Order: sequence, then structure tokens, then C-alpha cells
Amino acid sequence: MSGGSFYQRDRTWHPPAFTPGYKTSVTRSPQKALIALDNTLSEMTGPVFGHGTLGTLDDDLIRNFASDGDPIGQRIIVHGRVLDEDGRPVPGALIEVWQANAGGRYRHKKETYLAPLDPNFGGCGRTISGEDGSYRFRTIKPGPYPWPNGPNDWRPAHIHFSIFGHGFAQRLITQMYFEGDPLIWKCPIVATIPDKAAIERLIAPLDMANTVPMDSRAYKFDIVLRGRRSTLFENRMEGN
Amino acid sequence: MVQPLDRLKESASQTAGPYVHIGCTPNFCGIEGVYPDDLGRTMLKPETKGERIRIVGRVFDGVGTPLKDALVELWQADAAGLYPSPQETRGKADPAFSGFGRSPGDMASGEFVFDTVKPGKVPFKDGRPQAPHVTLWIVARGINLGLHTRLYFGDEEAANEADPILSRIEHRSRVATLIAPKTVEAGLPTYRHDIYLQGDRETIFFDI
Ligand SMILES: [Fe+2]
Repeated sequence: MSGGSFYQRDRTWHPPAFTPGYKTSVTRSPQKALIALDNTLSEMTGPVFGHGTLGTLDDDLIRNFASDGDPIGQRIIVHGRVLDEDGRPVPGALIEVWQANAGGRYRHKKETYLAPLDPNFGGCGRTISGEDGSYRFRTIKPGPYPWPNGPNDWRPAHIHFSIFGHGFAQRLITQMYFEGDPLIWKCPIVATIPDKAAIERLIAPLDMANTVPMDSRAYKFDIVLRGRRSTLFENRMEGN
Repeated sequence: MVQPLDRLKESASQTAGPYVHIGCTPNFCGIEGVYPDDLGRTMLKPETKGERIRIVGRVFDGVGTPLKDALVELWQADAAGLYPSPQETRGKADPAFSGFGRSPGDMASGEFVFDTVKPGKVPFKDGRPQAPHVTLWIVARGINLGLHTRLYFGDEEAANEADPILSRIEHRSRVATLIAPKTVEAGLPTYRHDIYLQGDRETIFFDI
């Protein structure tokens, strides 16, 4: 893969830093203008993780923490493709996911929700996209959960995604939501995204064609990373 | 009407939330046995070439409280200024150096730590050398889109002075927010670098 600098990020499509409806952002949002930095090698390159990084159960959250049976909950497959803005597949992208269990509880010291931990569910997994950009993992459907923001705010069911493309400028963390969840449109974190169309791209539809009969339903979630210019028309570096 | 560009939109970012460590550094937060080690925990091997250094710091919110739920990632060139990446075309980087670090920050103090080597110089687009630097990417609860910044080294005064990016920054008083002073702690060259998300000392963040 050759590659030049990345297309400018459309910051009107992403959530702005300061979103008072999501209270924690108020003191954690930079107030000064970002400084534009034309991509150098430092941004165009990025770490690449080989398939050797992965263990055999890394993409199976039903099994990768289980000690005495399967976790409680709805068995699902999440699959899709990692593409760039030109629609080209992004192979070799490391995807890390984390999520609450079926009751909406995270396995974390600071988590205080009264729903119980599931002894057979850890809540993390990872995989690497194939040559066609495709990926898949198996998990249980996370539950919605309440969180301290407003007096009665609930997160819709969601899976957190962290994605590495080929350049560090493509680094992205986002969340996947599930088709038909009424909490999506009531969530202050979802509402940080200004454009309804941008939110809809984060909602995975039920995908009956990829369901495993009598076993697991499937949800399809495509991820789009920044595209990059061809190096052809860019200034050549000295010595190249 | 004109022809459509047929370009896709980048997936919109969402905050990493309070439990980013479950996904990115599970061993650190007590989820053991899923991965043998947390990704990016060690950048060095005994045979890695270059001067050993430590980078430490904290991330402060606008009230002056250090974040204890942040995740800081670091990306840098090796001691010769080469990136261990397939996009690197100038030569082969040190195979004993990953270039990528990830620090969850200490649960009590919020301090992030990277044990690495001092990077060499990497060229700017026009071929001029950039001062040695590392790229930092910060995510946390309350940060809606990951923040890109850089760390330059306080003992590289001449290189920093001539750096094509630093020298273009209009508000000169803010340049210092990108430069980490050098100290020696326990015999190790150490660069202390606190990051301020907001306020008078707000760190420079880049739109890259
Ligand atoms: Fe969450």
C-alpha cells in the first residue's frame, strides 16, 4: 500500500469537543483552535499489527474469558468491512472492542451499576481485517445501562470500537449501536454528533443473511477510515 | 446537477468512555488471561538501538484535576529517524523497536509512562529535517474525538528553533506546551510532559 497524506478530517461531521449535554466534556474540551498540521511521515505512518498478535479466541467474547460455561445473553455475530473514504478495503486493520455484559454491567473496578457481573464474560476482544477489509467477532448482546450525567440518562446498548488503519492520522475510536434501540435517540453521548446521517452510520442493522440458524443473530457494521491521496502528485521528498 | 464524488464519510467518533482500559489494556484493569500482555506496554527489547529515555506526564482537565481514566498512545521513529511502518520508504527501521506505546495512566496519580528511545530526525515534506519528536494521541471519557499532539525534547534547542512546524506557530508563548524539559531520574534521562486540555496553559493540539 503506498500512500500520501490523508484527506482533511470533516470536523463538522464528528462531534465537537465542547458538548454541554455530555457534562464531562465541559472541562475536558480544548478551547483554543486546533493548529492545522499538513501530514508529515509522522502522521502518514502508523503501527501495523500482524495476525501473529492475535490469540485464537481473541475474536470470540463468548469463550475468551469463560471459565465454566457460556455467558448469559443473546448470542450475536458482529461483522462488516473496514473501508476508506474512497470505498477501498483497509486490510490489516486492528480492531479492538469492549462492552458491558448482557445486564449492562462492565467488568471494571470503578463500575457501580447494580446489575451483576457475569463470571463467564470479560468484555474485550480484538481482530484484524482481512485482505478485503472484512472482519467478524462473536459476542453476546450488551445491555443498556444508566450513567451519571443527567438524573436519569441511559446508554443505548453499544459496543466500543478502537481501530488502527495504516497511518496514525486514521486512528479512531467510536461506538456501534443496534438497530431499533429507542435509547439511541435519547442518549446525550450519541447526541454529541451533530448530523443525524452520521449517527445512522453508527447503527448496525440486523443481518439475517449472516445469522447462524439456531445459534446466533448477526449485525453488520462497516467502518470508514480516512482516505489518502495518491503520492503521485505530491511533492517528492528530497532523496526520493 | 454534477457527477457525484462517490466518497464515503469517515465513521463519526464517539468518546472512549470511562472503560477504555477494558478494551485497550485489559490486563492493567484486572481482566487477565484474555491477552498475554497489553498492547504497547513495552516498546523496547534489550537489543533496541538508541538512547534509553523515559517520558512521563499527566493529563489535566480545565479545573486542574489530573485525568485517571485517560489512555495515551505514542508513535515515534526509531533512533535513526525511521518509522517501523510499511509506509516508510527511506529504509528499514530497527526491527527491535515497535515505535508504538500505549499507557493507561496510573490509577492513583494518573501518570502515564513510556520507556523508549530518543527518536532521530524525520524529514518534513519539503525535505527539511523536523526536530526529534513523538506523536501523542489522547482519549478519555469526555473527549469526543481523540486529540493529537506532539512532544519535542527540551535539550534539542537548536533543532526546535529550526523546526518547520514549531517555527510556524503564531502564538509563540504556546510553543512551550509542546516541549518537555529534560531531567535525570534514577539515572535515566526523563522528559516530564504534562498535558493541559483547557485553560491558560492549554496544550497545542493539531488538526492533522
Ligand atoms: Fe460503554
